[in-house]
Amino acid sequence: MIREWFKTGAPWVWLNAAAVSLSLIMVFGLLALIAIRGLGHFWPADVASIAYVEKANEQPITLVGEMVDQQVLKPELAKAAGYTPEQAAAGLTQYLVKIGNRDIGGLDFRWLLGKDIKQTEYPENLMVLERREWGNFYGYLEAIKEEGNVVAQGAQAWVILAERMERTLDIFERIKDIEKGEIGTINYQLERLRLKERKLELEDKLDAQAKQNLASEKAEFEKAYQALQANLADLNQKIRRDSLVAKVANGQEVEISLEKIVLYYRPNAMGLFQKIGHYFAKVGLFLSEEPREANTEGGVFPAIFGTVMMVMIMAVIVTPFGVIAAVYMREYAKQGILTRIIRIAVNNLAGVPSIVYGVFGLGFFVYILGGNIDSLFFPEALPAPTYGTPGMFWASLTLALLTLPVVIVATEEGLSRVPKSIREGSLALGATKAETLWLTVLPMASPAMMTGLILAVARAAGEVAPLMLVGVVKLAPTLPLDGNFPFMHLDRKFMHLGFHIYDVGFQSPNVEAARPLVYATSLLLVMVIISLNLFAVSIRNHLREKYKALEN
Amino acid sequence: MTVSKLQISETYQKWRKIKDQLTRYAVVAGGLGVIVAIVLIFFYLMYVVYPLFIAADAHALYEYELPEKAAGKSLYLTTEEQNEVAVRFTDQGKAVFFATETGKILKIQSVIPEDVKITSFSVGTQSRGNVAYGLSNGNVIIARHKYQITYPDDKRLITPQLKFPLGEQALQIDPQGQAITHVAFRVNDSGTTVVAITADNRVLLTNFFKEDSLFSDDASFERVNVEIDVNAKDIKYILLDKEQRNLYLASSTGRLSMFDVSDKERPLLIQHTELLNIKDTLTSLVFLTGELSLLAGDSTGLVSQWSAVRNVSNHISLQKLRTFKVSDYAVVGIDAEQRRKGFVTVDAKGVVGIYHSTAERELLKAHVTSVQPKLLAMSPRANVFLLEDAQEMIHIWHVENEHPEVSIKSIWQEVWYESYPKPDYIWQSSSSSNDFEPKYSLTPLVFGTLKAAFYAMMIAVPLAIMGAIYTAYFMSSGMRRVVKPSIEIMEALPTVILGFLAGLWLAPFVEENLMAVFSILLTLPVAVLLFAYLWQYIPKDIRLKVPEGTEALVLIPVIFLATYFAMSVSGSLEAMMFNGDLIRWFNTEWGIGYDQRNSLVVGIAMGFAVIPTIFSITEDAIFSVPKHLTVGSLALGATPWQTMTKVVLLTASPGIFSAVMIGLGRAVGETMIVLMATGNTPVMDLSVFQGMRTLSANIAVEMPESEVDSTHYRVLFLAALVLFSFTFIFNTLAEIVRQRLREKYSSL
Repeated sequence: MIREWFKTGAPWVWLNAAAVSLSLIMVFGLLALIAIRGLGHFWPADVASIAYVEKANEQPITLVGEMVDQQVLKPELAKAAGYTPEQAAAGLTQYLVKIGNRDIGGLDFRWLLGKDIKQTEYPENLMVLERREWGNFYGYLEAIKEEGNVVAQGAQAWVILAERMERTLDIFERIKDIEKGEIGTINYQLERLRLKERKLELEDKLDAQAKQNLASEKAEFEKAYQALQANLADLNQKIRRDSLVAKVANGQEVEISLEKIVLYYRPNAMGLFQKIGHYFAKVGLFLSEEPREANTEGGVFPAIFGTVMMVMIMAVIVTPFGVIAAVYMREYAKQGILTRIIRIAVNNLAGVPSIVYGVFGLGFFVYILGGNIDSLFFPEALPAPTYGTPGMFWASLTLALLTLPVVIVATEEGLSRVPKSIREGSLALGATKAETLWLTVLPMASPAMMTGLILAVARAAGEVAPLMLVGVVKLAPTLPLDGNFPFMHLDRKFMHLGFHIYDVGFQSPNVEAARPLVYATSLLLVMVIISLNLFAVSIRNHLREKYKALEN
Repeated sequence: MTVSKLQISETYQKWRKIKDQLTRYAVVAGGLGVIVAIVLIFFYLMYVVYPLFIAADAHALYEYELPEKAAGKSLYLTTEEQNEVAVRFTDQGKAVFFATETGKILKIQSVIPEDVKITSFSVGTQSRGNVAYGLSNGNVIIARHKYQITYPDDKRLITPQLKFPLGEQALQIDPQGQAITHVAFRVNDSGTTVVAITADNRVLLTNFFKEDSLFSDDASFERVNVEIDVNAKDIKYILLDKEQRNLYLASSTGRLSMFDVSDKERPLLIQHTELLNIKDTLTSLVFLTGELSLLAGDSTGLVSQWSAVRNVSNHISLQKLRTFKVSDYAVVGIDAEQRRKGFVTVDAKGVVGIYHSTAERELLKAHVTSVQPKLLAMSPRANVFLLEDAQEMIHIWHVENEHPEVSIKSIWQEVWYESYPKPDYIWQSSSSSNDFEPKYSLTPLVFGTLKAAFYAMMIAVPLAIMGAIYTAYFMSSGMRRVVKPSIEIMEALPTVILGFLAGLWLAPFVEENLMAVFSILLTLPVAVLLFAYLWQYIPKDIRLKVPEGTEALVLIPVIFLATYFAMSVSGSLEAMMFNGDLIRWFNTEWGIGYDQRNSLVVGIAMGFAVIPTIFSITEDAIFSVPKHLTVGSLALGATPWQTMTKVVLLTASPGIFSAVMIGLGRAVGETMIVLMATGNTPVMDLSVFQGMRTLSANIAVEMPESEVDSTHYRVLFLAALVLFSFTFIFNTLAEIVRQRLREKYSSL
């Protein structure tokens, strides 16, 4: 009976079907995993106040924190840990609680045993502070102080906190503007003056006149710098005015200066809509802020910026080359041994491991091309390299080489779909081959090029390994685009979303705390790449439909 | 009117023609540029790697008579860092500094007091520049040659100096005042040890350590004196390593005694060894840099390397690591390089050879003099060697020897490294110490690469090919339009995300639920088959509601249920069969260790990355099998499955082969997943529970830190070249097969 059944081949078909189902489950499961963990990061979770029996036969202590994770201890492990068989068999639930207050307790997370938790409640006045250092703070607001004197207490304090925080954040923004913007510009100009002086010296043109000019320019900048410094000192004075007093779980009172606080909220007192509002505000901060605390907190704006800019420069480089190569293979080359070799070359380019591109980029682009550019055009900066070191431009160039096959293949496919009759018609009307190409074939194939370009961009956006060698850093002090002439600084190093994931997930000192952020970053990257791909696919499908119509 | 218009446009026509031509040239250039790009990558990698394998080059620079012959015969010859100043220490106790280029005397200084005779001489660790004279009154004096560099008028000026690190007063070694016939010493921050043999054949070990006085500026010496109980009659060579731990005494017949003198008060005999065959004579015995191994040159032209090796039972013995056949004549002199594990030899006929111990490479042989050579010295940077011959001529040669550390053997074969119990494949490229012996074996990395790729393919190939078969042939076309892009889109998923999930989510999950993972592997196929079997007995009206070609959808809940079932029984299964802890059970019963980030995790994660590649190409290959073949087969009465296996798969098999090749290429070159999901330890272990280090991850980790154009840098390029070659082979193979297939289909 069963043998008969096997003979029909049905079980094999079912097994093959199972392979598809399993692949689908894996694909969508993965996406769901990233989405749930990534999106959950921004939700203002309720903060519990837990009465916990730390040592048997003692008064329970109070802990405050967010329940992050839970797991059931395996019976065998529980037995090994010294629990009675009954306890072990019943299953011991462990809860991972984020208790924050790293500056006080030293630990961000704690595992609590479910059976030792005596009571869990969610007091409305529990406050969460996101701080610029030391991670989250959990506690109860007691009072607000101005220059050490209490100005508000009790319920009033929360109201006052809001307005004081607004002022503090405002000053903080201004300080940041001055430090990053204006002082940054002056430093940049001073550096340019130094290089100018060195250049004149190298060219033997540094006479008294030039020296004096330089000195006076320098003095001007110094003066402006002094003024900004004074302003800054004043602001720094102001920002330290206010502080708050809060009580942590064990009753200890802590004073925190408001300048250290980024975000403050009482999750337990929030309604659903408030939480949703808070959620989107946090998403906004994530997308627009700079990272804090060794990248484990804050936003990913510089990484988004770096990724986008690198990808755009790459697109500018790769498109013409890819299209020309594809046009050659489709329109000009005789189909023969040469095109075959080119096809093998293209496929090999596509198959070469990305890290090999990185090695090539580092050795050839950075050290050979960059080194020569430096000695030709930037001798004044030597021995500090300008282009002879990994940077934005080399990363873009390396990725352009890496994505070249993608553009070639897509464009070629587009060209192959342009019906012969159109070319022949154009030629018959007296157009040259170049004109036919420019005026009929290429415009018709342009959506295909677009597809190729989008796919290339998607590939480049997710590629990390080669970038680690040719220009990505974990923390770039400046963006590669700013208000200082020549605005685009292609020699600068930059941050990248993919590398950010690797760096924060694997190189950061506090992986546990940083993990939600990594999931959020992953989700962002996945969403960008998948939507780019879907976009490319839809263009391609659209194109196919169009040509089908043409062919008939 | 029309005629005139055509005339006007003649220049325009020309312009059009030119434009047409220009476009043609530009496009052809662009097209060929692709070939250039791939060739450039290949040749650039070759260009960087090539210097690793070229032999050393040497040529004569200067030759002159021994400077200041009146100061006595040379005992030791060397130069400073820049090779501008050379020095020779003479048997009259003089240090003669002279310009390397011309032999012009720069400075002569006496090392010893006037009234004693020199009876022995010895050199300390060369890079420290210490020498010692043993004197006829039982004293030893230690001197150091130093060079001060100043830049008057922006020009480098090197001033030689002679210092006495233990004071200008000679140290009394033998209280009985016998002449010191042989001496060895080492000076370092923690103390100084001198080993001396006296004229009446006593072996004396003296250890000084400086005691800084709290109350005054002057330092006093604490000293320990011991007499080592050994027959000193025939001893010709004494060597003490720079850690002042091992002492080697050797006779000219090659009988060597090794002592452990780490406890200065109780020297311990480790062993006696014969370094040579009977009847041969030991002509030279020196340390290799790092002073962990000895180089023994003999009268038959052999140089052997010996190192103290600790075996499994923690027992130290001296082992012969390798032998070099340097010449057919006696080895007259050996000098070790100061920063690498290389050495230079000279034989009785004046032929100089340069060798590297780890790589077992002969880098150079040059005939320098036809007169019997006397003294040989390698400069600190190993770019110049000096040779003094019996006619008191000094020959100075320049050496170009950038990368002696690498040979085919040192990269691919087992190498016996210093202090290792046996020859092994080891990748360990750098260390903080200067005396480190770099271990550039690519074998563990290639092994790791193939291992990772193997496990990935184990997961990916069955899933992808089976999935493709179903999608291309059995699935309803509506569902196929959704399923195919869904799986393909995963190809675009950044591998850094897969790596991150594998390392931080999957690895702990698998560790915690190892039993469940295995039970899922077993349960899933069984459950699917069981369900399929029962499906026949489900009432027809329910069965027919599920349209044909959507079995995959029906199976999704089945898979979930089976997974849930497997997870829930795994706990009790584990308790029943493996004492509740599978990982520990593996360890105790089979001795298999468990590494959290292991090959299983990498296999799953990288398999996931490779599935879309293989799936997509296979699906295309199967789908494009001409319809008339399948229809014909079905018409002849074959079942769909028979048609599948006997017709479709056979026709599409080249396409499937190329899909697997391309997938393999991808798995071999993948970087981020293995970087994040393994521990990156370069071990050679087939176990599925152990990690690995792959070529690509190794490049990613070490490349940013390697110094440009150093040997390490070039070896990493070699790793990239190997990787490139792997994928080149796989991809070219795949492409050729695919092009063949395309031709075949067009004929069908």
